[in-house]
Amino acid sequence: MISGDVMIRLDRVSKHYPGQPAPAVAELSLDVPAGEIVVLLGPSGCGKTTTLRLINRLIEPSAGRILVDGEDVTRVDPDRLRRRIGYVIQQVGLFPHMTVAENIGLVPRALGWDRARIRARVDELLDLVGLSPETYRRRYPKHLSGGEQQRVGVARALAADPPVMLMDEPFGAIDPITRERLQDELLDLQARIRKTIVLVTHDVAEAVKLGDRIALFEPHARLAQYDRPAAILAEPANDFVASFVGSGAALRGLRLERVGALALEPVEVVRPGAAAVDRSARAVLLDDAGRPVRWASAGSRGAAGVAVVRTEDSVYDALDAMVRARDDAALVLDAHGDPVGALSWSTVVRRHPAGDSSPAPSFGDAR
Amino acid sequence: MTLTAQREESTRLSALGVLTTPALVVVAGAALLAYLRGQPLDAIERRSINVQVVLARLTEHLELVGLSTLLVIAIAVPLGVLLTRPRLRRLIPAVLAVANIGQAVPTIGVLVLLAVVVGIGTREALVALVLCSALPVLRNTMVGLQGIDRALIDAGRGIGLSRATVLLRVELPLAVPVMLAGLRVALILNVGSATLATFTNAGGLGDLINTGIVLNRTPILLTGSVLTALLALTIDWLVSLAEHVLRPRGL
Repeated sequence: MISGDVMIRLDRVSKHYPGQPAPAVAELSLDVPAGEIVVLLGPSGCGKTTTLRLINRLIEPSAGRILVDGEDVTRVDPDRLRRRIGYVIQQVGLFPHMTVAENIGLVPRALGWDRARIRARVDELLDLVGLSPETYRRRYPKHLSGGEQQRVGVARALAADPPVMLMDEPFGAIDPITRERLQDELLDLQARIRKTIVLVTHDVAEAVKLGDRIALFEPHARLAQYDRPAAILAEPANDFVASFVGSGAALRGLRLERVGALALEPVEVVRPGAAAVDRSARAVLLDDAGRPVRWASAGSRGAAGVAVVRTEDSVYDALDAMVRARDDAALVLDAHGDPVGALSWSTVVRRHPAGDSSPAPSFGDAR
Repeated sequence: MTLTAQREESTRLSALGVLTTPALVVVAGAALLAYLRGQPLDAIERRSINVQVVLARLTEHLELVGLSTLLVIAIAVPLGVLLTRPRLRRLIPAVLAVANIGQAVPTIGVLVLLAVVVGIGTREALVALVLCSALPVLRNTMVGLQGIDRALIDAGRGIGLSRATVLLRVELPLAVPVMLAGLRVALILNVGSATLATFTNAGGLGDLINTGIVLNRTPILLTGSVLTALLALTIDWLVSLAEHVLRPRGL
């Protein structure tokens, strides 16, 4: 199912708690590719956190094998194992009686690094998560905001440069605006450090935004679907997945599609003073600086100017721009800012991919 | 700015509290001295109230309190740590019940019972004192350790710290304030209970009090009881200083 290196492999892993009739996790098999973010998504009590904690053996599996980087971790010393696996939790869990630097330096200390090396690593990590070492090194956790605390939590998890990082609802207790920013920062960070990250959440939007892949769990940690976010949103494997990703799934999926991947209609560019030539194509009027002013052709009645998007923007952004401009098309610019075509509302709705020669039907067409 | 302001405020507040107790002790001590100076002491009183005898009784008393408290720490803290480990946690009710008996039975009863069963002397008195004051330290050790946010222990274990490291570097430091509060109670209990050690021939300031009562000599009785009270106040004050110094920073 997955090509390339597998960093974490769960092989028919089960967890039974004594005295409970149903297993918390039953015969779960899951491959996590190296360098990707895999999101474990599901309702409360579905076993996603249990699954996460099985990987670093905070919970011991009852049966099955867990391989990290090819090594069966059910046979190694759990403390040593965990120093090779970063761990971030929702409550952050910074030790209140230790400074930021002491918190981050704990694992390097346990690994026997010397002072100078620990100090350099702490500063490097604080820089990496966007906190100035001079300001934050000596602060105590209670003097940090929730977002700053979680940044330090991430820095602590990365202290020994582990190839794998486990994150248990890392942004769950953080206000929505800071959460968005931390999610963006995590993606930036991931682009630089390329760790294998397993992240637990129950928030579909977060899963879609962060995940290279999403593993959607039904109760008892049964894997309902394991696929790319776009695929899960577009083709839910069963009714459970469809109901869990919810009514907004189709719209959410549009965040994952690029404008450039859809068929664009030709656009004629009209410079100031010139008249449109080809009456069949849309024409856009530019100002002296080359910026689009309004549609020149009849038929388009953008009441609030021209909706403009770039090819690398998401289709969701294009729809948003169209709704705001009260128009049924958006002008698409390439990376240099030159118009390359128009994206019509009906193309989005029918999802005509680029290269499809059939004309985009208008709204009135019968199915 | 706010940080510095807060810190200054807290030191100023505690400075007032820190000076109150020693001032009280000095005033009460001076009052006792003045009272004794003003009394015409008879031969019996002079035999009990002189520097050598009072110092000897005070030393005996301090030894009883110090040794019994050290023993309590040596027994109750490790026991409290053990009992809060996941595997032994279910024993907590039983151990607390036994410790509660030690607490509920009056010290004099424990002393007498021990004297009847194992004999008299300093060692027996120490055993009685330990039995009677172990509970607060034991209970506060357990309460302090159990009061620690589970997420902290989870985080510590999750990033690869061993159980011992989590205990020594996270759990115990964070439990110190609660544990010290228990120790404070145990020490004060011991200062008072040690006055009863005189009945098993273990000395201490209780000797003065008992002599004062038996021979109907108020100055001797007052010397013993006021010194005991002042000792309790002084020790309480010292522990409050220790609480201040040992409280983990950042809380």
